[in-house]
Amino acid sequence: MKWIRRIELGLALSIAAMMTAAASLADVAPDAAPVTPAAAEPAAEAAVALPAHAAALALNSGDTAWMLTSTALVLMMTIPGLALFYGGMVRKKNLLATAAQSFAITALITVLWAVLGYSLAFTNGGDNQSFIGGTDRLFLAGMGNEVAHSLAASIPESVFMTFQMTFAIITPALICGAFADRMKFSTMMVFMAAWVLLVYCPIAHWVWGGVFLGGMGVLDFAGGTVVHLNAGIAGLVCAIVLGKRLGYGQENMSPHNLLYALIGASLLWVGWFGFNAGSAVAANALAGIAMANTQIATAAAALSWMIVEWMIQKKPSVLGMLSGAVAGLVAITPAAGFVEPSGALVIGLVAGAICYAGAVWLKHKLGYDDSLDAFVVHGIGGAVGAILTGVFAVSSVNSLGKGAIDGNPGQIVTQIEGLLVAGIYCAVVTFIILKVLDATMGLRVSPEEEREGLDLTQHGERIQ
Amino acid sequence: MKLITAVIKPFKLDEVREALVAMGVEGLTVTEAKGFGRQKGHREIYRGAEYAVSFVPKLKIEIAVRAEQADAVIQCITNHARTGQIGDGKIFVTPVEHVVRIRTGETDTNAL
Repeated sequence: MKWIRRIELGLALSIAAMMTAAASLADVAPDAAPVTPAAAEPAAEAAVALPAHAAALALNSGDTAWMLTSTALVLMMTIPGLALFYGGMVRKKNLLATAAQSFAITALITVLWAVLGYSLAFTNGGDNQSFIGGTDRLFLAGMGNEVAHSLAASIPESVFMTFQMTFAIITPALICGAFADRMKFSTMMVFMAAWVLLVYCPIAHWVWGGVFLGGMGVLDFAGGTVVHLNAGIAGLVCAIVLGKRLGYGQENMSPHNLLYALIGASLLWVGWFGFNAGSAVAANALAGIAMANTQIATAAAALSWMIVEWMIQKKPSVLGMLSGAVAGLVAITPAAGFVEPSGALVIGLVAGAICYAGAVWLKHKLGYDDSLDAFVVHGIGGAVGAILTGVFAVSSVNSLGKGAIDGNPGQIVTQIEGLLVAGIYCAVVTFIILKVLDATMGLRVSPEEEREGLDLTQHGERIQ
Repeated sequence: MKLITAVIKPFKLDEVREALVAMGVEGLTVTEAKGFGRQKGHREIYRGAEYAVSFVPKLKIEIAVRAEQADAVIQCITNHARTGQIGDGKIFVTPVEHVVRIRTGETDTNAL
């Protein structure tokens, strides 16, 4: 039947190509000349109206240069940062497959984001705007024009889009930590495509689109809720639905190569400057404080996990200091552009200790198998960060954010509301997607395949 | 002919090898192994998941010798591999039926 599959594939590609061509033909004509927002002239000589989400581009090359760089930094966080971080923590027989998940997701979500995801998350959905964006940027139609997104008028929309793409890439890649060692590669790819469109895009729209959660006043500078709580909750649901690994609790599943994990964690740390400081979408003081806060909170969390572990286990483990650092990175993500460095320090110290407790106590008490602690580090870390943002946000750092210490204790409640809404939506939809895929494609590899390892059974390759 | 198999602590390899060569042994085979006897393993902890690792890294040396050389070789290995601490290892001696040098086809004591 192979020749029929080839014809089907050819047909599908031709249709996709024709749709792309049609979309670009239906494109708005480029703006005649740069127009400042204040001097908006009615239709007469200005070409066509901008889509509702867009704004005239007031290009700032410093901002644009920084955002181009940030985009590269955040992409590096997934490949090879997360690929190595997770890859080093699994057994040798699954190392390649685990790293491949990050790599394949990067390719998959890039295309999905370009075709549909960006439009759903960041355009105006008209009647559906309070829930989801629309199709104004389907296939990124109009992206090549000199236009900006209204959230970032000083950089071209193409830069904003690609920057956001790297966030849409790393979020699903984080979930992989929860089901490491046991999920089918094919089902994983379909799951991630569905998850990004049905969970990530709406939540990103709610928090950063100025509607719903963002409109309620939820403060999330770089994605503590959109990325980390989201990935953590999805990870927890996956871990529970997929079930425990064979031999969990009895067999030795120790990390095969913690040096890879260290290299990965280091790439995450450095790349996170693009994640947090880049979320200022400008090369300015806000980016500067976001970078400083990121560095301080991460270091504090690495130290606090290390010290707590040292006291309890009598030795400070390398895995512990890496995990502490990542927990700090996660926790400072919502807060980076809202708090003073003193607040960042506290956030880091608290996140390191709480995530340590989550990893060594809560996980074993509740009895689920989240292989690489996606929920504890990203879910709990993200929640801790979001709540402490409500405590430590000060308007002197960012006029958009006033927390408890700035006389607005109600912000803490708003933060918790944001967590609950996003968390519950994520959990429910993730569960549904998993159940549908379980019934159609199957989620887990067979026990024999799990024994032999994913590298050989899913990819036909191994680390020599 | 005898096959002498010695399981020793890895850091003792160079000392044992030099001593054996000095007394006339012309070849040996070394394998990386792990094992335990009275030397206990150790504890590893990864984010709260604790593993008792019983095995300790060892090296296994195999030497084929003429029967009359066996005692001298055993004594040599024992002297140089011993530290006095638990885990020094053991030596096993087994009879060898037949030996062939692949390059020339020489057999038995001519191949040793």
